[in-house]
Amino acid sequence: MNEARRRFAGRAALAVLTAALCVVAAGCGGGGGGNKSEAKLPDSIGQGEGSLSLVAWEGYAQDQWVKPYEQETGCKVKRKYAGSSDEMVTLMRSGAGYDLVSASGDASLRLIRGKDVRAVNPDLIPDYDNFIEALKSPPHNTVDGVHYGISLQWGPNTLLYNTEQVKPAPTSWGALYDPKYSGKITVPDNPIQIADAALYLSKTQPDLGIDDPYELTQEQLDAAVALLKKQKPLVKKYWALASDEIDLFKNGDATIGASWPYQTNTLQADKVPVKDTIPKEGATGWADTWMLSSKSKHPNCAYLWMRHVSTPKVQAQQAIYFGETPANTKACKVMDQLSKGSCKQYHADAPESYFNQIKFWKTPTAECGDGETNCMDYTQWQQAWTEIKG
Amino acid sequence: MGTLLAPPLAWFVLLYLAALAVLFISAFWSLDAFTGKVVHVWNLDNFREVFSNPTYRHIAYRTIGIAALVTLTDALLAFPFAYFMARVAKPRTRTFLFVLVLLPLWSSYLARIYAWRLILAHDGALNWSLGKLGLPTTGVAYSNTAMWIVFSYVWLPFMILPIYAALERIPDSYIEASRDLGAKGWTTFRRVVLPLALPGVIAGSIFTFSLTLGDYITPILVGNTQFIGNVVYRNVLGLSYNLPFAAAYATIPLGVMAAYLVLARRTGAFEAL
Repeated sequence: MNEARRRFAGRAALAVLTAALCVVAAGCGGGGGGNKSEAKLPDSIGQGEGSLSLVAWEGYAQDQWVKPYEQETGCKVKRKYAGSSDEMVTLMRSGAGYDLVSASGDASLRLIRGKDVRAVNPDLIPDYDNFIEALKSPPHNTVDGVHYGISLQWGPNTLLYNTEQVKPAPTSWGALYDPKYSGKITVPDNPIQIADAALYLSKTQPDLGIDDPYELTQEQLDAAVALLKKQKPLVKKYWALASDEIDLFKNGDATIGASWPYQTNTLQADKVPVKDTIPKEGATGWADTWMLSSKSKHPNCAYLWMRHVSTPKVQAQQAIYFGETPANTKACKVMDQLSKGSCKQYHADAPESYFNQIKFWKTPTAECGDGETNCMDYTQWQQAWTEIKG
Repeated sequence: MGTLLAPPLAWFVLLYLAALAVLFISAFWSLDAFTGKVVHVWNLDNFREVFSNPTYRHIAYRTIGIAALVTLTDALLAFPFAYFMARVAKPRTRTFLFVLVLLPLWSSYLARIYAWRLILAHDGALNWSLGKLGLPTTGVAYSNTAMWIVFSYVWLPFMILPIYAALERIPDSYIEASRDLGAKGWTTFRRVVLPLALPGVIAGSIFTFSLTLGDYITPILVGNTQFIGNVVYRNVLGLSYNLPFAAAYATIPLGVMAAYLVLARRTGAFEAL
């Protein structure tokens, strides 16, 4: 009797285990069916499906512009905020029915390659024609002439410094590798930071032949890693959240670091003596794109949303709320109406040359721009970053 | 009896053991570099990388080293405190001390870590106090030392309580007998109290050691180096999504803890839990 029961229990446990494994296998196996992205593009926006589910950066789906959209289209908006590009990709792959994601350039190619997003037709977005030229078909969301999303906003990664402690004002990214500031430096805890080192090397060691800081061969990556390893003992803290860096500057733990305009604005509002600059080597930056999930059940609502957030008014509202630069050139005037001087403050009126200084985040892949496939992909960047931090 | 036990047992098997089994199995899979999706082909590459790459070995050593140091620190701090609570303090004082030990556990772990960040910061409470005393300021913020201090603080109650439980259980008659047989205070402590309290110390060390070993938030917030958990976290998150490698690396703390528990069981620590 006892023996039988024990055997039963053993078998039941085995069955449960097998069931659990099947669930996992099924979940993984389901990922292969994303070929629908090659289907024909729509040539008009149909009736809204009544619902829209967004994965967005916090501040990208504020009531200010969500409410008018809901009233106009009848699409009820569900929002899910993500804290990092990593999280966004995870959410889009979770199969939880998200329609759109506000992906940054370091996530977008990954989503395209993984067939998590589908091609879209920019002709359905009237304001697309008003976008700055560089954001119409940028390499981070357009592959072989196929558009996988509609550009949104962008901004530079800047060199932030304490004006009382760092004199004279730095003009080169070299300040972040200078032992003079040992123990006072902070940089983002993000593998994409390797591109910043590569950008610096492309100017200071031209014989390495770095052309695009996101397309690095083994040799070029090794050089960037060597530079970052030398930087490591100088770094007070690799910051994970924007608020971390704000704390570091407020509490005097850091006086110079790589940053976003958002931190500068916040710190200046708190009367911390800081300034930021784009050093002479240029800068990396982010450019965000609304991308449509390959499994979206509400494509019409999604197109209506992309159309709505591309309009000058919403572009201006969001630029001011978040502190970044709109893709739509017509937003400048609205920004100044909403908050005087904001157009200039967020560079919405800057010439194309300002934009061209910036090397925008994109996911490193094995493909180099010249057709070679010997570049280091993101997994290798990520392993290199782990190695740098040690 | 069987029907009563079935639901929790099923829960345990499904959510706990099955999860561990899946973790272990996926460690043998690999990642397609091009699409970033998991390929279900059995291989040992992940384990080879974990054991051959000096970076991962170094991170594992650091994690285990700090966990051991935190455990030792907590044991040294907790023992006299628990001894006072269990054998010296009057009932009212004892209740008061209990509240003191448990009070921090009522507030969020994150809030307490952020508080330490403010204390240890360059312009924080610690350096301010040192400055007022005319002492040189420290640069302890965001270092391994900071992690050691914060971990030792956060897990201290988990060491005090098992030691207290063990000490409280020692019958007074044992100590009287030791004294009657001519042992001095120190000898009684060394040969009667300490051996009987040891299972409590080991039980506490299981908590402090495993909690430190598995933590990845404290290193992010107050440290500037990586723990095993940070590497796992970075690999699990979307961009790299290297679940197989994360799984392989996550088996290291599992292995370390399994070995630790086997050793602890030999000392009879589980009877003190």
